[in-house]
Amino acid sequence: MSSTNKTQILASDKVPTITIIREFDHPRERVFRAFTDPDLYAQWIGPRALTTKITKWTARTGGEWAFVNLQDGQEVASFFGSFHEVRAPERLVWTFTWEGAPDGVSLETMTFEELPGDRTRITGLSVVDSFEVRDQILASGMEVGVVEGYEKLDELLAKTA
Amino acid sequence: MARDQLSRAFAALADPTRRDLVARLSLGDATVGELAAPYRLTPQAISKHLKVLEEAGLVTRRRDAQRRPVHLEAEVLDQMTAWIERYRAQAEERFRRLDAVLDQMAADERAADDRAADDQAVGETAADDPTADDDGRRMERGDRT
Repeated sequence: MSSTNKTQILASDKVPTITIIREFDHPRERVFRAFTDPDLYAQWIGPRALTTKITKWTARTGGEWAFVNLQDGQEVASFFGSFHEVRAPERLVWTFTWEGAPDGVSLETMTFEELPGDRTRITGLSVVDSFEVRDQILASGMEVGVVEGYEKLDELLAKTA
Repeated sequence: MARDQLSRAFAALADPTRRDLVARLSLGDATVGELAAPYRLTPQAISKHLKVLEEAGLVTRRRDAQRRPVHLEAEVLDQMTAWIERYRAQAEERFRRLDAVLDQMAADERAADDRAADDQAVGETAADDPTADDDGRRMERGDRT
């Protein structure tokens, strides 16, 4: 039933941003909860080849978060940031830093919009500090996207069938 | 194509004049003079823009020809499109996992409602396996994280 919901990516020419737009066949409160409940968030944020372990998570305005990606129990990447604003169920603003590039930080604003029929549209705007960084982030899709395949997705879909 | 070359291609196209030049060249090869004509720019300024596009691999110029027409390397543009599409596919895969999590949340909520309404009722998601109650499924999901 979700096959008609296609992800859109917009990369601005004027400012170093990435915009992601996606619709979901679920009410806004539920979608918002999947973004703010650490157990739920860890289940889908991926990537597929890695497991996500949340180490800090205070989902309120001024709170903090951190998680690590593990491969065969070994830490391969870690991320942290602050919850700048948590306004349930409509708006979520956080900062995002990959510890591999500790001077880099992106500001991510996620807007949750109610659509008719208990559906939700999310719009995520990420702002980084240069076009080079923005393009590196876009380029990361190249490596992960190929390797990743659709195995994890298939597993999850089979579970919920 | 190497990632740094792709980055240069994206950076080169961040400029509106250079995007116009690429659009013009998509119609066919052109000389610097022909490219400069529609602009209030000197051929020198156009040459500067073309140098950026050339370093990014987006255009080439034949060294031997007298007029040295500028040629658009269309396959580089195709690769840039493919590049963004990969990123989009990766985000789409993540959101499909989120779809599945949301479906599971809905099923859990329905099951909880059913239990609240009637202790004897078996929730829809637990019908296949009576031991797979709400807590059991949570544990199973926890193992993957």
